[in-house]
Amino acid sequence: MGGARAASGFTSKLPAIYPHNAAAMSLTSSEIARIANLARLDLQPAESERMLGQINAFFDIVTQISQVDTSGVLPMAHPLDAMPTMPPIHLRLRPDLASEPNDREANQRSAPAVERGLFLVPKVIE
Amino acid sequence: MSAKLVQGYEVVIGFETHAQLSTQSKIFSRAPTAFGAEPNTQACAVDLALPGTLPVMNLGAVERAIELGLALGSHIAERSVFARKNYFYPDLPKGYQISQFEIPVVQGGEVAFMLGDEKKTVRLVRAHLEEDAGKSLHEDSSLGGGGQSGIDLNRAGTPLLEIVTEPDMRSSDEAVAYAKKLHEIVTWIGICDGNMQEGSFRCDANVSVRKPGAALGTRREIKNLNSFKFMQQAIDYEVRWQIEEIEDGREIQQATVLFNPDTGETRAMRTKEDAADYRYFPDPDLPPLVIGRDWVERVRAEMVELPWVMAARFCADYGLPEYDAATLTQSMAMAAYFEATAKACGQPKLASNWIMGEVSRRLNSGELAFAQLPVSSTQLAALIGRIADGTISNNAAKQVFDALWSDGDEVDAIIDAKGLRQMNDSSALEAIIDEVLAANAKNVEEFKAGNAKAFNALVGQAMKASKGKANPAQVNDMLKQKLG
Amino acid sequence: MTELHHLGVAELAALLQTKQVSAVEVATRFLARTGGNPHNAFLDIDSEVTLAQARASDAKLANGSAGPLEGVPIAHKDVFVTKDLVTTAGSRMLNGYRSPFDATVVARLRQAGMVTLGKLNCDEFAMGSSNENSAFGPVTNPWNTAHVPGGSSGGSAAAVAARLTPAATGTDTGGSIRQPAAFCGITGIKPTYGRASRYGMVAYASSLDQAGPMAHSAEDCALLLSAMCGPDLDRDSTSLDVAAEDFSAGLGHSLKGLRVGVPQEFFGEGLAADVRSAIDASLAQLQAQGATLVPIALPRTELSIPVYYIIAPAEASSNLSRFDGVKFGHRAADFADLTDMYKKTRAEGFGQEVKRRIMTGAYVLSHGYYDAYYLQAQKIRRMIADDFQSAFAQCDVIAGPVAPTTAWKLGDKADDPVASYLADIFTLPASLAGLPCMSLPVGLGDGGMPVGLQLIGNYLQEAKLLNVAHQYQLATDHHKQQAGAAA
Repeated sequence: MGGARAASGFTSKLPAIYPHNAAAMSLTSSEIARIANLARLDLQPAESERMLGQINAFFDIVTQISQVDTSGVLPMAHPLDAMPTMPPIHLRLRPDLASEPNDREANQRSAPAVERGLFLVPKVIE
Repeated sequence: MSAKLVQGYEVVIGFETHAQLSTQSKIFSRAPTAFGAEPNTQACAVDLALPGTLPVMNLGAVERAIELGLALGSHIAERSVFARKNYFYPDLPKGYQISQFEIPVVQGGEVAFMLGDEKKTVRLVRAHLEEDAGKSLHEDSSLGGGGQSGIDLNRAGTPLLEIVTEPDMRSSDEAVAYAKKLHEIVTWIGICDGNMQEGSFRCDANVSVRKPGAALGTRREIKNLNSFKFMQQAIDYEVRWQIEEIEDGREIQQATVLFNPDTGETRAMRTKEDAADYRYFPDPDLPPLVIGRDWVERVRAEMVELPWVMAARFCADYGLPEYDAATLTQSMAMAAYFEATAKACGQPKLASNWIMGEVSRRLNSGELAFAQLPVSSTQLAALIGRIADGTISNNAAKQVFDALWSDGDEVDAIIDAKGLRQMNDSSALEAIIDEVLAANAKNVEEFKAGNAKAFNALVGQAMKASKGKANPAQVNDMLKQKLG
Repeated sequence: MTELHHLGVAELAALLQTKQVSAVEVATRFLARTGGNPHNAFLDIDSEVTLAQARASDAKLANGSAGPLEGVPIAHKDVFVTKDLVTTAGSRMLNGYRSPFDATVVARLRQAGMVTLGKLNCDEFAMGSSNENSAFGPVTNPWNTAHVPGGSSGGSAAAVAARLTPAATGTDTGGSIRQPAAFCGITGIKPTYGRASRYGMVAYASSLDQAGPMAHSAEDCALLLSAMCGPDLDRDSTSLDVAAEDFSAGLGHSLKGLRVGVPQEFFGEGLAADVRSAIDASLAQLQAQGATLVPIALPRTELSIPVYYIIAPAEASSNLSRFDGVKFGHRAADFADLTDMYKKTRAEGFGQEVKRRIMTGAYVLSHGYYDAYYLQAQKIRRMIADDFQSAFAQCDVIAGPVAPTTAWKLGDKADDPVASYLADIFTLPASLAGLPCMSLPVGLGDGGMPVGLQLIGNYLQEAKLLNVAHQYQLATDHHKQQAGAAA
């Protein structure tokens, strides 16, 4: 994990080095390229163009959420959080037992490239 | 903190250690975690990220996190959250690692250890649970007809505790001492098998340099150090390299580096663009982990006695000096061996001497673990008993020990077989001493003239005359008495 | 006797239990109906597999160990993985994929005795509202084949409406069961989040996805839902630890005294006149059956669109990272190195809508945008859930339209994804809150296209919803109307 770390308590905010830029909602082509790289998607130039337009149109609808006053509201990562009739849902823990059998053949039957049980990929350069 | 400057620069080091937890099954699946299986025979559907699979948390992994937190005096979070760390790599089947980001399970804490005579404390920032990735095998150039790497996902999903320190260390010595202490702790409490060759305990060192009083320098991260020797070498090289760069007027760029044990050098990895944009967000497949205080107390009550608590007890109950107690509590096995021996023979200091001395020496030179020790605590206790009751001398005891080590058998039987019984009969001894004094008049004169060495010569003669069976302490006393 | 394919689940189950027909006969009849793949509803059929299951069911019926739905056919939306049939999730990325395990929902329905007819077409990775995003061609609406069936469970809705199968499984993330059910004139229900196991459902948006049945009646849906739901504690950490329920038990309660909340935000300008007219008539019908209409407010209805379209793509962008050409699925044929392999594989394997959502998802989670988008959206989500709780203080169920219009023509919204998103406005709020909700047919709009009424219940109130729908269906016959193309 990169970035400066505060030794004092933990809050729900990201480290201060990340810019907080709610106003910049219109993507540029270079940002499209950056996101496409992050998501490992090869976009053709025409595709990229079209996507830029469509995603910016999408962000036009989305900007309205910045107007909403959410101070004091806890984020809801699971709908289970909001069910008033039930006790708060928390992570179930299973006993530490290794019960999955070796099913390699079935698990690998849709693999694009396998040799001696290994999945093959183009050489990884560190 | 006493900083040891290198070429006038202060060295600043922080560690991130990945300790594989000693659970039977993986952190989020029920596949086994045993080392060394055939490729992908311990990677179930969940581990392979097959469509539709979901994670289910292993209780044993959480319990081990609690144990670590208790051992290090950390705060165990009542509520912690699992987050997805998103990036692409062939050994990461889901394209994200389930880890903890904003709210880790263990917060704060510290590791204390001796560096020479100085007591050091390294503060922990946090420790969090996460899953290990699989392995890429590059060496076999025949794979796939060449130019391919083979991916084995057996290791994917093995539970890890990532233990992160503040940048509190100021030398490679201190860093290695920290790492050794942490290694000792995790193996002592039994949460990790500590097998560094198998990758159970891997350290990343964040290293930077600065002129004393200046702001923190840019750090570089040396990844995957899996031996203490390499840790030392890598950090030393990296420090010298960084200083040289700065002295040559170049700025240090933040980078991840690998240590090459063959060349002894660190080298920056290919820079990964956007490497830091992991797009962390709370994993929607896993509700928050809640750890009630009663669970923590239960774990605390059932935990093994921690090494420093045991060391304090050894000082108090057995009257051992701090140094002995600290040395004997380096491993659970050694401490247990000591205690069994001490209880059996009632001679704790002698037991400590023998274990820190002869026993450790042989284990180290033979590269043996305590479990492989051929001399049991009962046998050692018996041997110590025979020294304490004067049956044999220290020298003779060494011979007995030799025999115990290579042949086994009972202490008394060896003593008798080798005829090592000390002479304790005073009158017989007196007779020998009188003979020696008579035969070595010159030495007697020299001693009386003030030559202390002459005394030793007389002791030597007496021992020789008794064929080594005399009790040296008795010989000493008697000679002193007779010589006045 | 009525043609087998005109019968619903309950009726078929009864005929099978009383041995008036065999499972093999039923299966054969429906397999014949799928010949030529009408409406492009199916993606995989294997008659060997189906008939083998039917024979096994017949054996159970013979020796008295039959399950409640023994021998009744069902087809599965192609996002449920199956061992014996291919799973594609409507995507080229998974072309030919064979799962080593069955989804829990599939296994439970099989345990209840149901016979798998095949896998159904859907929008790629469940992303879409018209089934035009499938890599294997669009599905057509049996009421008018120039129109979309709705999505993403378009194949499921069309197959049931065209009577190619008496029942189908669907999944609903933002409306993908309710909306196609409405567009195709059938009944479908999405249970409370966590009621049905997600294990074996190709994940789209983890905190929203839910499996549910689609069939001709609430009575049928109740039978199916009972078999599908129940805790899956060993495999799904978000599965609710709530005892399995018999949702058919309370179907008979009268509607007297029922308070039906009608949200004013669902009846604004954007609601088409023909839809409004059918909805109004259905609400009047409920009143006639003893219910009272209560005006309620769901003030953040409009906000549900941006909130959903931030959260769902964010989760999807991460869930779809596993499709990398390494362990399963499509891999590009030509690439220069590892990174190139990833990029080409994913570019080739994913369709346009999926790529768009992966991109927006990655963006809202990335550096500096997380707080303003994702976190803010999760906060508004809680406010939306709280709004429902306020509403339920005044009513027992909430009723309103499923969609602003009836099914549009194929191609109408294809180049305008945002227009598609806006049409989800009525189904998104209940999805975000995780509430159970359903759609039932309440008449036809312009051009004879079906209109669906949406019912939303409070958490764990599926039985109540099905009760209301069933009582309505006892008094009306919209659910018995036949799609024009389904003779």
